Amino acid sequence: MSQATKLSELAVGATATVREFPKNGAAFLRLREMGLLTGTKVTLVRTAPLGDPIEIKVRGYHLTLRKSDAEHVLVEPAA
Amino acid sequence: MALPAHIASSPSAAPSRMPVYAVVGNPNCGKSTLFNALTGLKQKVGNYPGVTVEKKVGTTYSQHGQPITVIDLPGAYSLAARSPDEAVTRDVLLGRRPDTPQPDRILCVVDATNLERNLYLVHQILDLGRPVILVLNMMDLAVTQGLDIRVARLEHELGVPVIPCEAVNGKGVIDLKLAMSRADLPLSKHAWTIPAKIAPAVADLQASLVAHDGKAPLIARAEALLLLTDQDSVRVAGSQPLHAKTQESLAKWEKQWDAEGTDWAAMLVNSRYDTIGEIAEKVVLRSTAVNGVTVSDRIDAVVTHPMWGWLILGGIMTLLFVSIFTLAEYPMNWIDAHLSGLSEWVKGNMSAGDLRDLITDGAIAGVGVVVMFLPQILILFFFIGLLESTGYMARAAFIMDRLMSRVGLNGKSFIPLLSSYACAIPGIMATRTIEQQKDRIVTILVAPLMSCSARLPVYLLMIAALLPSDRVPALDKVGLMLLMYFLGTFGAFGFAWLFKRTLLKGEPPVMIMELPPYHLPRMKDVALHMLERAWVFLRRAGTVILGISIVLWFLTAYPKPPEGASAAQRVEYSFAGRAGHVIEPLIKPLGFDWRIGIGLVSSFVAREVFVSATAVVFNVENFEGGKNADVAPLRQVLRSAKWPDGRALFTPLVCLTLMIYYVFAMQCLSTVAVVKRETNSWRWPLFQIAYMTGTAWIVCFLVYHGGRMLGY
Repeated sequence: MSQATKLSELAVGATATVREFPKNGAAFLRLREMGLLTGTKVTLVRTAPLGDPIEIKVRGYHLTLRKSDAEHVLVEPAA
Repeated sequence: MALPAHIASSPSAAPSRMPVYAVVGNPNCGKSTLFNALTGLKQKVGNYPGVTVEKKVGTTYSQHGQPITVIDLPGAYSLAARSPDEAVTRDVLLGRRPDTPQPDRILCVVDATNLERNLYLVHQILDLGRPVILVLNMMDLAVTQGLDIRVARLEHELGVPVIPCEAVNGKGVIDLKLAMSRADLPLSKHAWTIPAKIAPAVADLQASLVAHDGKAPLIARAEALLLLTDQDSVRVAGSQPLHAKTQESLAKWEKQWDAEGTDWAAMLVNSRYDTIGEIAEKVVLRSTAVNGVTVSDRIDAVVTHPMWGWLILGGIMTLLFVSIFTLAEYPMNWIDAHLSGLSEWVKGNMSAGDLRDLITDGAIAGVGVVVMFLPQILILFFFIGLLESTGYMARAAFIMDRLMSRVGLNGKSFIPLLSSYACAIPGIMATRTIEQQKDRIVTILVAPLMSCSARLPVYLLMIAALLPSDRVPALDKVGLMLLMYFLGTFGAFGFAWLFKRTLLKGEPPVMIMELPPYHLPRMKDVALHMLERAWVFLRRAGTVILGISIVLWFLTAYPKPPEGASAAQRVEYSFAGRAGHVIEPLIKPLGFDWRIGIGLVSSFVAREVFVSATAVVFNVENFEGGKNADVAPLRQVLRSAKWPDGRALFTPLVCLTLMIYYVFAMQCLSTVAVVKRETNSWRWPLFQIAYMTGTAWIVCFLVYHGGRMLGY
């Protein structure tokens, strides 16, 4: 098992599995509804030219979110 | 046309009333293209009362030629709404809006390349207990991506008709119409198991909604499920507040779950996705391992590149502005020429009098103000539509989000603000893509500070008066012009920052946005969108502007001066002239006299009117207004204009101050009318006039007196 890390700190190109998701907050409910759930695989595609927001690939589509939201999502990078 | 035998023979094939359909789907699923393919030009575009969400209703025809009403609902990811758009979709589907009947049947459009996430909304909609047709759009792209979707299996799993479709080229639309014509559309038999921990609560809430809120049992179940995830459902516009008993029951369950540490909303979402995952596993086969880099990925590698990304963004924006200023010129000159021709014709064919003047100087001039900017507005709408339809808009927001976040906005405000450099109207109308209502209002409030093209004639006149063309290098003029653009931009961002911290303080900004795959633009949709928008502008803003133009004409024409007065004397004698005198004490601290005051008052309708109004006030004979006005004679007059005590009126400092006044002051009736429409109240446009014009006064005061102290 590799170490859990924040989604915002995932390396570009790395794939990981979502482990922990904050319970509260409308933003996180929306992320869930868009298919980002505990157990879902995500790939960090890139960061924006100025370093924020980030672009992830989840369930075959591309989604962008700010680092300030992504840092609350804990992921476990694939070996 | 002969009807197919099985339809013609069926007695139930022609029901007395054709069902009303709603088209629903995620953003970017090709919903609008499908709606256009179904209804063609038979569309009515309006607004849902009370909110600024576009209402599109169209007509399509059944196989036996009967009209079917189709409502195109705004794109939504979930019924747990997060934006005014999504709230409308939810409320119409649940029958909560008194202005729109609950649709009888629902067309769910899904993107076949992205089935799982698209099915989430479908899954919620199946709970509503209405007949559903699933449209599997973008089948061609799914094939290219190596996805093999077993349609029959999906039909079986969901228990609703599934129509594969390529809305872009019309494939599958005939099949869809056939399905829509069916009199006996089945209800979905799909059942999913609500998590055991939550099921009793859903049953409780459902019972309470039936008993106390008067809901039908099936809708009550859907509403009960929604209550557990939709944090906004209790206080949403257009819906009845929940009965106290229902609220009590909801609070009781939430308290219990909180105590146990049950994350009920997450449980519900997970459970739906589990069901969807099972379905997708049976339905979607990855035939080939094309799981690599797509065309979109390759484009994005360049378009969002740390260096190329900026260059491309800059290039696209430059192209946009160059085309606006070069392309729009021809139709603008044409319109200008024809309007003055029309005006001349009326003058030649009517006897002189108030009615003639009302028509030429009131009505035709008023229409002119509206129509003059139409070419620019059309081109801007076209570009905005193009950026949206290709998918670039989302990338621009992605790139700019970091910068916009400095003033508390998100990347989606970027294109509306940028468009406002050409004209604030399309910019303000493009703010509808901003989900957070407060961010949207802040963007609308500051958009008119971006220096629009109507300010150019004023800037040019003042620069001409300020700097004699023969002695000053062109560079100084450009520098002065850039200074004005900089001031406006700085003002816009400064006020956005201020408003986000004070007046419109909101939740921390959220930027969760899909980056859809790139598409070739569908010109038909882009053109249709452009025409719709332009029509909305003409109809809503046009009437207000025409009315006020006539009032302004009246103010400059009455009361009548004694016989033999010159044009300048006539103006001075009129209400507008008197207004100029009345406001002189107000604008004298800025170095302006009553004649400039008349220019300010009459250019409230549109900034460029200042030039022609000034020509009248300063008695420039035979001054040809319009876009290609030769300002040389006007410049001479302005340079020799004096205060009664003999001091020069248009000193360089006053010219500069006047330019700055136009940077900040809200001098555009069309914008006021559009802001009123987009914010649905007079509150925001009035506030906007007050804060912008107030700022203009204060800044001008500081510049004028600062300049005087420095000895200018």
